[in-house]
Amino acid sequence: MAGDKSVAVLGAGMHEWGKWGRPFVEYGLAAAREALADAGLRWRDIEFVSGADTIRNGYPGFVAGATFAQALGWTGARVSSVYAACASGAAAIANARAQILAGLCDVALVVGADTTPKGFFAPVGGERKDDPDWLRFHLMGATNPTYFALYARRRMDRFGATEEDFAQVKVKNARHGLANPYARYRKEVTVDEVLASPMVADPLRLLEICATSDGAAALVLSSLEFARRHAGGAPLVTIDAVSTVTPTFPNTVIEMPNFATDSAAARHGDGGAEASAPTFRASIAAAAYAEAGIGPEDLSLAEVYDLSSALELDWYEDIGLCGEGEAEKLLRDRATTLGGRVPVNPSGGLSCFGEAIPAQAIAQVCECVWQLRGTASGRQVDGATVALTANQGLFGHGSSVLLSR
Amino acid sequence: MTGAHRVPAVEGWFTTGEDGTPPALLGSRCTGCGTYAFPAERAVCRNPDCDATEFEAVELSRRGRIWSYTDARYQPPPPYVASDPYVPFCLAAVELAAEKLVVMGQVVGGVTVDELHVGDEVELVVDTLYSEDGCDHLVWKWRPVSLGAAVTPGWEG
Repeated sequence: MAGDKSVAVLGAGMHEWGKWGRPFVEYGLAAAREALADAGLRWRDIEFVSGADTIRNGYPGFVAGATFAQALGWTGARVSSVYAACASGAAAIANARAQILAGLCDVALVVGADTTPKGFFAPVGGERKDDPDWLRFHLMGATNPTYFALYARRRMDRFGATEEDFAQVKVKNARHGLANPYARYRKEVTVDEVLASPMVADPLRLLEICATSDGAAALVLSSLEFARRHAGGAPLVTIDAVSTVTPTFPNTVIEMPNFATDSAAARHGDGGAEASAPTFRASIAAAAYAEAGIGPEDLSLAEVYDLSSALELDWYEDIGLCGEGEAEKLLRDRATTLGGRVPVNPSGGLSCFGEAIPAQAIAQVCECVWQLRGTASGRQVDGATVALTANQGLFGHGSSVLLSR
Repeated sequence: MTGAHRVPAVEGWFTTGEDGTPPALLGSRCTGCGTYAFPAERAVCRNPDCDATEFEAVELSRRGRIWSYTDARYQPPPPYVASDPYVPFCLAAVELAAEKLVVMGQVVGGVTVDELHVGDEVELVVDTLYSEDGCDHLVWKWRPVSLGAAVTPGWEG
């Protein structure tokens, strides 16, 4: 499947997800070293460092690329640091890929790591009455789960989704993640246990909302030419497309951290937007499919951003696994369970990891790499050839990566 | 709340009804393409094909239909100023009748999610968000029309 827009994944590494409160650099270093070892390369071989920033760890977090480079020892490698909320990891991958495809470097290291506070994510401190992320907490008490719950409730009222359906997503992902050595939560749960956990934002319960975690993930990427020289004919996993799209106007689905959508009655030139224009979430994977020239029918597996159990069902539709309103059937038919037609979140997903924001989109790619190599022990999707990641960052950052072997 | 000084918790986002007119969200309408926005646009139109830079301030529809809803069982973190003891509240995303914008807001107190449904009609009221130093800080909230034409909480004309 590799084409002229492909780069090779030579190495993947992660630091286990958890909650220890140690410096994020420590986790990032561990993941970077593991990815380098996996690639069979030395730190000095890296020509470009692409860091995914964290905004809750002071200045070193805002310049994560340089922070990791310094921690590994200055080598003069070129650097970039990028923040795109939950999509930061994909943005860092996109930067590295662009450098490689432009011929500006052969080998790049992508790293994201985070140390997170306990409880609900709160906005960055200070009184900022012009920042919607600050104002939504202040004026409405709207937390992240508020938004996840709006989507979940809409599925129930429109498509007949049930609390049991949502709980089944959690049960599936908990089972998937049992054997994943990097997962924070490795424990089976039952539907009854999910439904007995405290309601946080109706209809979502504590066990259905992803936690915030410490963790780190890293990738070593290279040009196909370098990879063929380096790997000497061994099969390659490649990244064939990276989607970092923004929404299109009018964006009529309420999105974190906004107070309002664009107007669906928007009247503008050239006949305006079609009523059937895809939503932002649906446009994210669509751009990756278009770039790689394949479609959802080609997928062996997908890693999607299950910030809540119910949100995973939205993603089934948004990445084209089924039509609108059909996700519950896909779940109930076990098509997205390991052993099914197209397993979703074989890693265990955010449900088993919790979210380490700048590392998460990179971790999704790491899992796809291991699945495509056939080394995802205890959670392997048999014969996996094509994998997709999908996620969405605050304020309109799309993120989707297509990989193949 | 009677007697307290009443101020909007955010300036210029809604009218409070102090002048005897019903409270309303303050949005903008682009003079070039007619696009509505909330909060009001002041500099550039959201429509990528529109270069207009002039916007009319408009009061938005006071009624709309619920796009979705939820509640907040646990006390949100600061900068939310919670009541003590904390009382859970509902939130709704509401599609405004004329402008077809979906606008979020808290639902008035005393309403539970069991009383809400996607598609239900709600109307805008202004209510106290929190009180501090003898001052009531006001915000817009959504009130189910099915509750009848009771006195608008916080809007005493």
